[in-house]
Amino acid sequence: MLPVPLEHYLVVAAILFILGVVGVMVRRNAIVTLMSIELMLNAANLLLVVFARVHNDVGGQVMVFFVLTVAAAEAAVGLAILVAVYRRKGSIDVDGLNILKG
Amino acid sequence: MLNLIVFWTCALVAVAAAIRVITIRNPISCVLHLIVTLVALAILFLQLSAEFVALLQVIIYAGAIMVLFLFIVMLLNLKRDEFGPNPLKGIRLLGAILGASFLAELLVIIAGAEAQLDPVGAGFGSVQSIGFALFGEYLFAFELTSLLLLGAALAAIVVARPRALHQTEAQ
Repeated sequence: MLPVPLEHYLVVAAILFILGVVGVMVRRNAIVTLMSIELMLNAANLLLVVFARVHNDVGGQVMVFFVLTVAAAEAAVGLAILVAVYRRKGSIDVDGLNILKG
Repeated sequence: MLNLIVFWTCALVAVAAAIRVITIRNPISCVLHLIVTLVALAILFLQLSAEFVALLQVIIYAGAIMVLFLFIVMLLNLKRDEFGPNPLKGIRLLGAILGASFLAELLVIIAGAEAQLDPVGAGFGSVQSIGFALFGEYLFAFELTSLLLLGAALAAIVVARPRALHQTEAQ
């Protein structure tokens, strides 16, 4: 079977990462911002898996495991913060979060 | 040939769903499209002989983390958000321009890549090989992740506590 060229995977990972970055920049809903961060983490995961394959080293896939753990922790804490913010302000629009402004 | 068809299908589905994630206004649709992206990526992982990682991707990411997101979206009543005039006009255009320029930079870097995808031996990426690496070379990091998860769970409970509970404790 014809193998897929390496560059194809890299381009897909780059596009997914950029979509995550743009999502963080333009969206005002904090939950969607968190989801965009997940997109970026997944682009990084794809790269880790690709280069684990290139170097024939399973360490890259172990790193994906750690990234998964960090993503789970980040989602739990981030969503808990959003719940607390929603309780206080009744909205999670990131433009309204200026409570720390001096 | 089959490899390429699978790759293009999954890649296009993943990118299209990711575009929908950052453009749809309804957060529930965003979560569902993100799940589609994650599953498409899991198939790409399978293609790269990372069976265990693909399994984790579907079970933990698409299964557990995204259900947590869905819970929160449904818990918070977000219908009012993101409707009405955007105070930062033109930010979408700015975001698109910045994203496109960043993508161009990355593509220039990728064009210089020289590595090859050589065939790997059987058993690469299996549960056994990951297990040996995880409990051998990466044992300390693996144990630390349990601390990370414990801390995250405690932090989530403390942060999301109802305000009434804070007051009763203060008295």
